[in-house]
Amino acid sequence: MNFSAIKVIYRAEMMRAINTLFQTLASPVISTSLYFIVFGSAIGSRIETIDGVSYGLFIVPGLTMLTILTQSISNASFGIYFPKFSGTIYEILSAPLSFFEALIGYVGAAATKSFIIGVIILLTANFFVDLEIKHPIWMVTFLFLTCISFSLFGFIIGLWADSFEKLQIVPILVITPLVFLGGSFYSISMLPPFWQNVSLFNPVVYLVSGFRWSFFEVSDVNVWTSLSMILIFLAICLGIVSWMFKTGYKLKN
Amino acid sequence: MNTVIEIKNLKKVYDNGFAALNGVNLEIERGEILALLGPNGAGKTSLISAITGIISPTSGSIRVDGFDNVLEYRQARQLIGLVPQELTIGAFDTVWNTVRFSRGLFNRKDDDAYLEQLLKDLSLWDKKDNQLRMLSGGMKRRVLIAKALSHGPQILFLDEPTAGVDVELRKDMWKMIARLRESGVTIILTTHYIEEAEDIADRIGVINDGKILLIEDKDTLMQKLGKKQLVVDLKQAVEQLPTSLSEFDLLVSESGNSLTYTFDASAESTGITKLLSAISQSELQIKDLNTSQSSLEDIFVDLVKKPSTEAN
Ligand SMILES: Nc1ncnc2c1ncn2[C@@H]1O[C@H](COP(=O)(O)OP(=O)(O)O)[C@@H](O)[C@H]1O
Ligand SMILES: [Mg+2]
Repeated sequence: MNFSAIKVIYRAEMMRAINTLFQTLASPVISTSLYFIVFGSAIGSRIETIDGVSYGLFIVPGLTMLTILTQSISNASFGIYFPKFSGTIYEILSAPLSFFEALIGYVGAAATKSFIIGVIILLTANFFVDLEIKHPIWMVTFLFLTCISFSLFGFIIGLWADSFEKLQIVPILVITPLVFLGGSFYSISMLPPFWQNVSLFNPVVYLVSGFRWSFFEVSDVNVWTSLSMILIFLAICLGIVSWMFKTGYKLKN
Repeated sequence: MNTVIEIKNLKKVYDNGFAALNGVNLEIERGEILALLGPNGAGKTSLISAITGIISPTSGSIRVDGFDNVLEYRQARQLIGLVPQELTIGAFDTVWNTVRFSRGLFNRKDDDAYLEQLLKDLSLWDKKDNQLRMLSGGMKRRVLIAKALSHGPQILFLDEPTAGVDVELRKDMWKMIARLRESGVTIILTTHYIEEAEDIADRIGVINDGKILLIEDKDTLMQKLGKKQLVVDLKQAVEQLPTSLSEFDLLVSESGNSLTYTFDASAESTGITKLLSAISQSELQIKDLNTSQSSLEDIFVDLVKKPSTEAN
């Protein structure tokens, strides 16, 4: 194993975030605060509790998921897309390191950044509502697995994309709708039965539900189902990545 | 002979179906400076990319110091440093961080003293805390060289190192290449400037259409260059050369109006005097005399043209 290479890639990627520290941190903090002001306070004050949880509290897990999904994907996809686009990837390709080692460096850094942002959002939320976490270990596990698998997903998008449009298209056309329709701001049980069934095809529903359960013990689906779903998603991403690795996908042809 | 890179029947077909390398066979000797000469699109960068692992070959094999560059890529790549053709470099990194990054990628322990010396040799030391995007093109080129040398490679590839480079950097670069060569580093550079190949290479390879057309010691090539031609224009066309001239290696033009004599300009006796007196003793009358020298340029143009004329 070329640990040294993993370390320098990881460090360089983290440095990129530190160089733009203000953007990295300010944007999630500001947008979370806005959501709280609009949804939590303005609208939430007119909504009764959902499953016994006040609306302001209810949206915290969904909001956090919304941000870390978007951040994981955009961080990881940009992290690998940019060297590809600018040509600096020649250095990674000609160095004595495996695809897998490069992956650990890039995905590890993207996931770390998302994880930190997730924690910061929860701290910001705690400023607006009194947050209690009933199952901290589950909470951290969900947060961690989500950061890893969606950073991996972002990495795949970054490798696949050969234009800035393609880089943006998946987050905008796929992820944002899935997250908004994934029960971030409501409980699936509030939907008509038909849409409840449709929602079960949305993987984000399982993420949000499991994550929310770790806070309040209320969920749309069983927590083990949630966990299985995210592990399946992770496995699919790993499968795609190893296929890309074997074929040298787009990078070396 | 001590081969450090051995390439056998290397082919590369890009995804779009374009065949950039069409069966390259090449042996690079340890410690030599090899210049690969070829026009744009000849396949120079593709060849280097295949050796350094940036692209996967379609078929054929590459061994670097005995290591297969696909199966034993770690050992093979460890030995190689690459200065790419384009100024591909980050923007927000500092010079110092970027060379440390490169060294780290090659699994080498931090060695700040080595990197400091490297940056000083390349006149980059006072720029070490500058962001890369603030540097001029020439400075960026120096940084790329520093990155390529950061892990102390035994083989250095320079892909068109002097394209768009000022005189000062070119001089520095030649000095550095000479120093590296002294310390036993094998250097492969590509160029489409013939003088450049003449200046510093030990051997010169000519590449076109993804094939090595010729590879030869520079000295042997220069001997070919030393050949000159004397063209004798005649007042009257000849049909048959007088027997007195048969001992000379003469080429009669189609019209019979001129004779071409090829000789070695560096030889002690060129045979010109003898030829001219033989002509004056014959009934031939000289109208004009011309000498010309075939240059590496001619050889090059000749070689490069051949495949396309064959195809016609
Ligand atoms: N990624 C690629 N896909 C398709 N064709 C390519 C690619 N890279 C290079 N080529 C083509 O291969 C040929 C050789 O290119 P290159 O190796 O860069 O030549 P050189 O470095 O000698 O100028 C050119 O015709 C070029 O257009
Ligand atoms: Mg080139």
